[in-house]
Amino acid sequence: MPAVIEMKGISKSFPGIRANDNINLKIEQGEIHVLLGENGAGKSTLMNILYGLYQPDEGQIFIKGKPVAIINPNVAISHGIGMVHQHFMLVQPFTVTENIILGKEPRKGTTLDLDKAIKDVEEISMKYELKVDPRAVVQDISVGMQQRVEILKTLYRGAEILILDEPTAVLTPQEIEELCVILRSLVDQGKSIILITHKLKEVMSMSDKVTIIRRGKVIDTLNTKDTNIDELAEKMVGRKVSLTVEKKEAEVSAPILEIKGLRVLDNRKLEAVKGIDLQVHGGEILGIAGVDGNGQSELVQAITGLSKAEAGEILLNGKEITNLTPKEVIASGVGHIPEDRHKRGLVLGYSLSENSILGSHYLNQFRQGLGLNYHKIREYCRRLIKEYDIRTPNERVLAKSLSGGNQQKLIVAREIDRDPSLCIASQPTRGLDVGAIEFVHKKLIELRDEGKAVLLVSLELDEIMDLSDRIAVMYDGRIVGILDAKDANEKKLGIMMAGGSAQDAV
Amino acid sequence: MEGVGILTILGIIVTASIRSATPLIFAALGGNFSERSGVFNIGLEGIMTVGAFSAVFFSYKTGSPWTGLLGAMVVGGLFGLLLAFMSIYFKANQVIVGTAINILAASLTTFLLVEIWGRPGQTDNVEYFKAVGPFNLFTYLAFALVIVSYYVMYKTPFGLRVRAVGEHPRAADTLGVNVYVIRYICVIISGVLAGIGGASLSIGSMSLFKEGMIAGKGFIALAALIFGKWNPIGAALACLFFGFAVALETVATNLPVPREFLYALPYIMTMFAVSGFVGRSVGPAAGGIPYEKGEK
Amino acid sequence: MESGMNEFKEGLLNTLKEIAYPLVAIFISVIAGGILVYSFGNNPIIAYTAMIKGSLGDWNKFGETMVTVTPLILTGLSITFAFKCNLFNIGVEGQFIIGAIAAVWAGTAFTGLPAILHLTLTLLAGTAAGGLWASVIGWLKAKVGSHEVINGIMMNYIAMYTSNFLVRTALNIPGKAYSVEIADTAKLWRFSQGFEQFKHSRMHIGIFLALIAALAAYYILNKTVRGYEIRAVGLNPHAAEYGGISVRKNIILSMIVSGLFAGLAGAIMTTGVQYRVNNLFGFTGYGLDGIAVALVGNNHPIGVILSAFLFGVMQKGGPLMQIQGIPKEVVGIIQGIIILFVAANFVKVVMENIKLNRDLKRAAVQEEVE
Repeated sequence: MPAVIEMKGISKSFPGIRANDNINLKIEQGEIHVLLGENGAGKSTLMNILYGLYQPDEGQIFIKGKPVAIINPNVAISHGIGMVHQHFMLVQPFTVTENIILGKEPRKGTTLDLDKAIKDVEEISMKYELKVDPRAVVQDISVGMQQRVEILKTLYRGAEILILDEPTAVLTPQEIEELCVILRSLVDQGKSIILITHKLKEVMSMSDKVTIIRRGKVIDTLNTKDTNIDELAEKMVGRKVSLTVEKKEAEVSAPILEIKGLRVLDNRKLEAVKGIDLQVHGGEILGIAGVDGNGQSELVQAITGLSKAEAGEILLNGKEITNLTPKEVIASGVGHIPEDRHKRGLVLGYSLSENSILGSHYLNQFRQGLGLNYHKIREYCRRLIKEYDIRTPNERVLAKSLSGGNQQKLIVAREIDRDPSLCIASQPTRGLDVGAIEFVHKKLIELRDEGKAVLLVSLELDEIMDLSDRIAVMYDGRIVGILDAKDANEKKLGIMMAGGSAQDAV
Repeated sequence: MEGVGILTILGIIVTASIRSATPLIFAALGGNFSERSGVFNIGLEGIMTVGAFSAVFFSYKTGSPWTGLLGAMVVGGLFGLLLAFMSIYFKANQVIVGTAINILAASLTTFLLVEIWGRPGQTDNVEYFKAVGPFNLFTYLAFALVIVSYYVMYKTPFGLRVRAVGEHPRAADTLGVNVYVIRYICVIISGVLAGIGGASLSIGSMSLFKEGMIAGKGFIALAALIFGKWNPIGAALACLFFGFAVALETVATNLPVPREFLYALPYIMTMFAVSGFVGRSVGPAAGGIPYEKGEK
Repeated sequence: MESGMNEFKEGLLNTLKEIAYPLVAIFISVIAGGILVYSFGNNPIIAYTAMIKGSLGDWNKFGETMVTVTPLILTGLSITFAFKCNLFNIGVEGQFIIGAIAAVWAGTAFTGLPAILHLTLTLLAGTAAGGLWASVIGWLKAKVGSHEVINGIMMNYIAMYTSNFLVRTALNIPGKAYSVEIADTAKLWRFSQGFEQFKHSRMHIGIFLALIAALAAYYILNKTVRGYEIRAVGLNPHAAEYGGISVRKNIILSMIVSGLFAGLAGAIMTTGVQYRVNNLFGFTGYGLDGIAVALVGNNHPIGVILSAFLFGVMQKGGPLMQIQGIPKEVVGIIQGIIILFVAANFVKVVMENIKLNRDLKRAAVQEEVE
């Protein structure tokens, strides 16, 4: 029997980059097949081609042995291919039902037949045991339910082959197990599943076969049971990778950051941080673990002055910085590597030099008479480029032309060079390749060894466990527990991330 | 005796308000389609201008106001197509394109005015739509269109897709909905409706085209749309509100306020409406942002 | 080691690059306009020659052209300054009107002062009035997020009626539809007062004020901390906020400065040309033209100067074109076409597509070499 999907010789280029280079991929009926690769390896591009969002420059696609031209998602859908994207594609003000039927709406004459739609949704929800509330508005439902809605969207259109892009990024360890069960059940009902991920552990626990992609090329295709994490890591990166971070014992001093009773609202005016007490000492890295959306972002925004603290105090080196403006917070000695480097961290339309002084632009060291001394500014930027090994032709190029990794390096350089007492690193390695990740980790540990306080907020549990000296878990706007890193393991943290307490995990 | 006096005055104000609101309603409904699909149409004013002119031109050439109306719709649709093409294909800044169309419309109509009638200022009188009952055809059409717009937007699959495209175009794209086609259709519809709105001013209550006759109504319609929270019925009510402000001018010459204040009143009210002093409103999430396929 | 000369050269190169796109757009539009003229049965060469002769043919004509160019530079700067903060100050027309009427008030209220003082005061009054008028729009945008385009247009109409009200009452000449005339001490020096060649033109020294304003705008935007902050807010308000910049303050400031330029334009119109304000039946057009000027000048102060010159030539050349049998409204249409081309970033998009194809080919080749 021919493979349910075969992609032969697929190549695709974007300006300056060859995203897919002569890729061959075979997916058999009824298997869970993982596409493994670093960020930027080309896995998402390949699947976007399969789903008809991009057209390949070269190559062919065969479905059940027949060649097809998938020129848009409609064609892909008609061939039974469904895709659940990494960032959910849900229209927030619409209901669950409206999101599911969009593009394939049941009608009564010219009118939308919403009653039938709701019935249809309830039917497939029961058939595949994916519990959703058809009348709920997407804006108000949980992330887990949103993911189930996304899966139902594909099943509603009769998907036989499901592509899931980084499905576990937003889930707790327990929810990941639940997803595993759902996927196995779908396979039992005859579906084939393609998973895109860069997480080695999930490959081992969730898949039958794994194809490793690096720099746009297929490196190998293996049966999961015949391989192990170290081998996969090495193939993924191209060299031996030490999967743990080297660091010496922490030499902790007095608390630099103290938070008492902090309450913060989110942008819908609901409480996101519900009374937090926290301390970060000099010489330590405190990691905040938690599933996205439990108040971590709002916590960071309150400390940095970007959001208002409704109640509570924030002290830096004993001095109160609660509700100071961002300018004053920076001046007090806080560095911030923001979770969204394009939104917060850089002005993409500015040159590297102009970005390198963002936050310090008004200081005397960059001034000359009435205006700015661009000579000094460029000199400063050149020094940062050298010290932090930022790959760029010069300091005058626009920030938008740099790769993600180098953009992040610039931000890290800027924030650390200011010699802050406290450095907040929020998702500091999101979307970076292994080399850049290693660099950022090294810098954070250097900071901590110099006696500074580092507050690390990350959705990647591995990163938290590798770097932190102490780990605090946030759930529903509160700290449910703080552990020493040596006492922490994935199971304990997973339970706490889902709202349980440390005692629940023995 | 007193009671009858007040009732007649009230009656006059109400009918005047409805008449003044009519062109606004067409433009606001047009703006609704465009903005709901994610495209700002600031060129409504310009399209109303060319619509008003075209209506007079075609009525002049054929002697029938009906061809005038048809002409206004076609020309309005064409200008809508121009705006759509610039905004969607060239991904130009929609506010600038709209403004460019307003400037172009003003220049073009002045130019043609002089070419055809030999003098600037205003055209000759042409055949127009006389009133049926207290209102002319346009008013009845406007209210009918409000109901049709509501039905299309909220009760049909097309309307669902339009709203999806305006909120989260990528989500719609991944489900096979053609974002570009939907936006083109909606912007062309907005052009057609704005064209009718212009016609309602030139061959509806009057019988000619005068330079500057639109006088900001295209923008007031946008304000009404925001005020009415991007809902056809809400927008129509908001238009009535603004129509009331315009109607006040005619009745209130006896009031102890300088007449310039009354002229300025609709514009002042618009500012209040738009600035959320009468309630906050949030527009379609993807409004004004050109859609790029294949963006990460 | 960076030398000052290198920096200057680099700045010049960047400026030229910025101006290149609009120049090409203008070239294409001139061709398009020529085709339009031809289609109406007229000779494009005669049309364009007439246009240039009519605007630059002799010193007097040149002077009159400068009279038109002066407010265009200033309204163009107004729009440009706001654009740098990602604001579309369409209210520039209203700020112009308010500046003009405020100048009439100051020009008549403070008599008995020496000319230098009175003139400065009058210009300041108009400038400040424009800034104040614009600050409302800026405040509304910063505080409640109210769209500056709608508010700007509304305030344009309110400005027109306010001006008319004052012309009819406080600054009134009984029985006339225009205001009182400003005192001689508040008038700008005219070239005709000193030079024979300009005897029949109204050219005044306002042109120098406009040029200085352009240089000031360039300096503020590109060389000061304030300018850095304004541009940052315009490019990415989230990152600006993160970097300690107050988004609100800069939005309001940007609008105020934008209004100052527009107000100055109106004040110069009063003190240099009209000496009074008429009852307005419509807008002056300087506002809308300012938008065109800024767009074609690619929102660069130097580009604005050149662009204003271009528009001045087009407008002043109109009447002579008319005499040659070509309707002067053609100018308006050409302007509209230019704007559309520039707005579409037509040239930029085409160039970027060419570059895109070149990069794709290069990437494919690179991979083969590696």
